[in-house]
Amino acid sequence: MLLPDQERGGVTMTQKVFERPRALSENTFSYCAGCLHGVVHRLIAEVIDELDLMERTVGICPVGCSVFMYDYMECDMIEASHGRAPAVATGVKRILPGSFVFAYQGDGDLAAIGTAETIHSAARGENISVVFINNGTYGMTGGQMAPTTLVGAKTTTCPEGRDPAIAGYPIKVCELLSSLDGPSYIARVAPVSAGGLAKTKAAIKKAFQKQLDGKGFSLVEVLSNCPTQWNMSPIDSLKWIEETATKHYPLGEFVDR
Amino acid sequence: MATKTLMKGNEAIVKGAIAAGCRGFFGYPITPQNEIPEYMSSLMPKAGGVFVQAESEVASINMVYGAACTGTRVMTTSSSPGISLMQEGISYIAGAELPAVIVNVQRGGPGLGNIAVGQADYFQAVKGGGHGDYKLLTLAPWSVSECYHLTALAFDLADKYRNPVMVLADAILGQMIETIEVPDKIETYIPPKPWATTGRKNRDKNIINSLWIVPQVLEELNLKLQAKYALMIEHEVRYDEYKVEDADLVLVAYGTTSRLCKTVVDMARKEGLNVGLFRPISLFPFPSIPLEGLAERGKKLLVVEMSHGQMVEDVRLSVNGKTSVGFYGRSGGMVPTPSEILNQVRDTLNGGSSCSCCCRTRSEEVSR
Repeated sequence: MLLPDQERGGVTMTQKVFERPRALSENTFSYCAGCLHGVVHRLIAEVIDELDLMERTVGICPVGCSVFMYDYMECDMIEASHGRAPAVATGVKRILPGSFVFAYQGDGDLAAIGTAETIHSAARGENISVVFINNGTYGMTGGQMAPTTLVGAKTTTCPEGRDPAIAGYPIKVCELLSSLDGPSYIARVAPVSAGGLAKTKAAIKKAFQKQLDGKGFSLVEVLSNCPTQWNMSPIDSLKWIEETATKHYPLGEFVDR
Repeated sequence: MATKTLMKGNEAIVKGAIAAGCRGFFGYPITPQNEIPEYMSSLMPKAGGVFVQAESEVASINMVYGAACTGTRVMTTSSSPGISLMQEGISYIAGAELPAVIVNVQRGGPGLGNIAVGQADYFQAVKGGGHGDYKLLTLAPWSVSECYHLTALAFDLADKYRNPVMVLADAILGQMIETIEVPDKIETYIPPKPWATTGRKNRDKNIINSLWIVPQVLEELNLKLQAKYALMIEHEVRYDEYKVEDADLVLVAYGTTSRLCKTVVDMARKEGLNVGLFRPISLFPFPSIPLEGLAERGKKLLVVEMSHGQMVEDVRLSVNGKTSVGFYGRSGGMVPTPSEILNQVRDTLNGGSSCSCCCRTRSEEVSR
């Protein structure tokens, strides 16, 4: 794109206004068409670039669809076992307090098998940042019921729809963690529109800045999609988030201190 | 220079670790190892290190995983049920080739068992423990002094092989107080760790991972691990012998049980019985070759454990039928008395049943 370069006195120069973030690798994502994982990876990479963090970042990836995140980021990365990313992040950050440590986790990882690690790292006010991808399903293993699957939603382990009498109720992670004194920032966002994308990036940036300011645990819950397991087109999946998921998982900042 | 002092085994583990440069401890309370996190909580920060009381052993071992990724010497300690909870994490540490030290102050099992002494976690320690084809280098102290020195050595070995090392102690060693000469300084070598994830400043990015989705690649990793274990077998076998030269019967025992057996050797010799003691210090790699040597010299072996027969399997594999291998075991916190063991010694030397414990019961059942 050609734009006038005003610093050069109006002389027209070639200027790049959109490029791959330095913190994002050139590897092709393995994600399904329309999946938001790649979008959120990019937003994280943009924020790492803007805050100039790449040289001191250690990222922790989960078990789930984003298990290969270490291939998509250009910073140092650690692959954690299922649900334990906050414990691994704790180990890194305590030993290297000058590093920047983020964990990237799905709903099964963070709110089922790893619930204890999530709650206790938040309660300790561990100075780490967590990006939590909530799409209400176990995408990688075939679309089973997740701890965040909405009542009535059909999955491969609740084919008639989630019945609270059998499977209980979905966990609202932001609301749950907001009762703790440890977290410095808790927010829920939905990158399903231009505005939603901007708010998602702003929330991630704010969460990361909290860590840089030494304020303690920060978490951004991203309402995400799974067109493959939801059996929806990518566009319909985004509409579903906007029209249905946000009713049960209200967007906004829950903690900011 | 060294300072002679009285110390508990659990305290010696803490002091040995800090002397070896351990600067991160992550643990969860469980008896009979609670003195370790208690001492660590005050001594580790004084040494400039990190102490975190985790929410579970699962979290502890994963904090160790993360902290080991930074290249710093780190450890966790627990006792039997807690070590079981850590197995998945230990497998990841082995798969990702991270150096870390895990201490198991063994108690009685299975299940919640009890808080008394036990040696029934031998299989778990030396055969892998978690999922997958991996080994822990396993060291077994028999005194407070060895609790100190073998814990310190564990850090060197963990770094040398980029492999988790387990110190397999037990409730008596952890709780026992005896004299120890604490050196002012110990020899230790911390190698450079260019693989560590510390932020990629001035280098390419590092990834620490145990996921290898392509079968050929995962098999290559497994072969690399096996080659490493072969090197351990070649270089890291450790054992001790007591009066084996002229012995007709050699007791084989590790940890607390080996102390009892040393007493039995002296009791037996007073009766004119030629008995010795062979004490494996490294349980993996197991001292198979020296044991085979004893068998070839015609010595009978009698294995004594506080379990119903775990290490005895490795002894039998080592001697491969070249001599008789008897077994005597107690469990559940029941400690074999020297006189009990001496009875077994007399029986064995008189050509009685070589395995009075489990095998006799089994044969009686069969004959019924």
